[in-house]
Amino acid sequence: MTVETPVRPVPTTRAYRFELVKLFATWRIRLLVLACWLAPAVFVAAVSQQSSLPVDTLFGRWMNATGWAGPLVMLGFAGTYALPLLTSVVAGDVFAAEDRLGTWRHLLVAVRSARRIFAAKALASLTVILLLVAGMAVSSTAGGLLAVGDKALVGFDGHLLTPGDAAAKVLLAWVSVLAPTLALAGIGLLGSVLWGRSPMGLLLPAVVALAMALAQLLPLPVAVRLALPSYAFVAWNGLFTDPGQLGPLLIGVGVGLAWAVAATALAYLLFVRRDFTNAAHDGSRRRALAVLPLAALFAATAGVIAVATPALGSGIGQDTLQQSVATAFAHLYRLQTGQLHRPDVTEEQLAATAACTKGDGLVEPEGPGNDWRCVVTWHLPGVAATGSAVYQLDVTSDGRYVADGDGPKEVNGYFQVRTPDGDQPNPLWQFDANVELLSATPKG
Amino acid sequence: MDAPLAVRARGITKCFGDVVALDGVDFDVAPGHIHGLVGPNGAGKTTLLGLLLSLAVADEGELAVFGTPVGRAPGGVAGFVDGPGLYPSLTARQNLAALARLGGHSAAPGDVLEEVGLADVADDRVRGFSLGMRQRLGLAAALLTEPRLLVLDEPANGLDPAGKKHVHGVLDRLAAAGTTVVLSSHRMDDLEALCAEVTILATGRVVFTGPLAKLSAEHDELAYRLRTSDPVAARRVLARTRGIAEEKASRGDPEVLVVRAKTPALDELVRRLVQDGVAVRELAPVVSPLEAAFLALTEPGSTR
Repeated sequence: MTVETPVRPVPTTRAYRFELVKLFATWRIRLLVLACWLAPAVFVAAVSQQSSLPVDTLFGRWMNATGWAGPLVMLGFAGTYALPLLTSVVAGDVFAAEDRLGTWRHLLVAVRSARRIFAAKALASLTVILLLVAGMAVSSTAGGLLAVGDKALVGFDGHLLTPGDAAAKVLLAWVSVLAPTLALAGIGLLGSVLWGRSPMGLLLPAVVALAMALAQLLPLPVAVRLALPSYAFVAWNGLFTDPGQLGPLLIGVGVGLAWAVAATALAYLLFVRRDFTNAAHDGSRRRALAVLPLAALFAATAGVIAVATPALGSGIGQDTLQQSVATAFAHLYRLQTGQLHRPDVTEEQLAATAACTKGDGLVEPEGPGNDWRCVVTWHLPGVAATGSAVYQLDVTSDGRYVADGDGPKEVNGYFQVRTPDGDQPNPLWQFDANVELLSATPKG
Repeated sequence: MDAPLAVRARGITKCFGDVVALDGVDFDVAPGHIHGLVGPNGAGKTTLLGLLLSLAVADEGELAVFGTPVGRAPGGVAGFVDGPGLYPSLTARQNLAALARLGGHSAAPGDVLEEVGLADVADDRVRGFSLGMRQRLGLAAALLTEPRLLVLDEPANGLDPAGKKHVHGVLDRLAAAGTTVVLSSHRMDDLEALCAEVTILATGRVVFTGPLAKLSAEHDELAYRLRTSDPVAARRVLARTRGIAEEKASRGDPEVLVVRAKTPALDELVRRLVQDGVAVRELAPVVSPLEAAFLALTEPGSTR
């Protein structure tokens, strides 16, 4: 008499290796790996050598000054375009491919466990995504360092980071965007499970990322903005201020990870309940139900952030903007002083302050807009007169702004400064900085 | 103590929503036999094969493989339904090697590729394979596991005559070595060539299960083509023979008569033709006994 034993499924590690073999057998994945490990280096090296730099991209204006700006420019580009598309192609197709090839039944017979198939597919797609992200980070860093060199980086508030400090923060920035990348990967897995061979499943992470990027452009309350799983794609720039703006970044990372877990868990639950013998299965009812938990997660996250932080308004207030502009100006003034070989001066000695108005003082000084105007004043040691300079600011709803010097031209006009690394534009002419959204005092 | 049946199904019912795919199905398969599953589209063949492969669980009934309920059997069942699952970016050998590593099987991909006649294209990507080659590779993938029960859905689909002969040879050898094979097909000639027993399904129910010989005996009034040296004389003999009826004449050949009769009446007709000096040049069923039975049992409104 034989003893009945349950059919023993294939170990997850074997199923994982099987999934990796299948993924790396496709030209699409091979080309992506090649592109992610080579193209960023070529792009960063080529752009860094040009006189016209991508000043619209964060740290783009510093690309020919330090090799550490390149990976940050690439990170900005990756968060907007590359990472959503990569997660679409990898995670968004990992289940759909079996539908397209008609191999589900074969796979189930071979592995004998839907749970282990899910685990193997999720881990394999995660592995490939991490490989691609690592490729972009390493490649763009290598391109920048080889083309420009290991030099100090001007931070997001104008303070100077040593090469070692810049390296650590560049690494941290890339690590922090793994959270929203994983959230998109989870959404990709969910789309792939829900839509099967339909292109909609493949496109879901890219569509969601696009929708969230558009939402970031809208004047939404900070709590809503921070509850979006893609916020860490924006918030990593807080690592490059002194002191670091870590609150929004930590919230963004936490929200991203929560979405990654929720979307993956949802995909898992739907997958293990799928009836693979029912040819009539189309999952349309499940698609409708799948939206509800994620909508609930978004609402709950926004609620918690709204209660726990001063995040009900736009987060862009007059006081915080004035403080940010004054800080950045003082740091960059010190940098300019050094470049022009003038006597060194500290930020404390400068005691810079800023007075900002919006819409020529005709509108309430709050929120994003390109009608902000700030007058910065400062003192020089041993000089009785107070210096002042005017800036026009274009503040976007995510708190980032570009300050454009509006005189006097000797201070913040356009002129080239001769530095040991070549001619550079006057650092006070135009600069990027941001307002820490969570430090604003809510109105009302 | 008798060896357990390779497959024992009792009262198997499986529904998909409101659709009853299988409705109280009973059938047995003896070890080492090749058993055919026949039925019109939607009869439940693929669902039944899927249950044997543990792809789904029956809503009601008992299904055992070698005496152990399906799903608790310690392996030994392999095969495919709805075509073999293969990865087009991999070569034939890579497909099998990956599957062997996945399942922890020791069988060498080269050996099974040789067995199914694909050794020459072992290192070609499956993307370029014909349907017949994919079928054979699917069979090779199942053979990797050295199964005791092989479950195949339309294995001869897309095979050319040489490929079909090759696959039949493989299945015959497997059965001779003790492997049980359950296969579905719409090709009656394949089933007659391979199977000693068949189960006919119609709308989720078993309308016949047992040996082919029994099926022929139960449904032996068949249509036959009769070619003789003198069709006019043959028609006169036919008219005075009891239990035999002429059907519409064969299209395009006036010398061929089509008659419907049971075996004893057919014997009598041949005797009388010979007595009257009419030479019988051809006497063959218009359709095979299995196909005739299939049509009789599965046509809408047929008595079962």
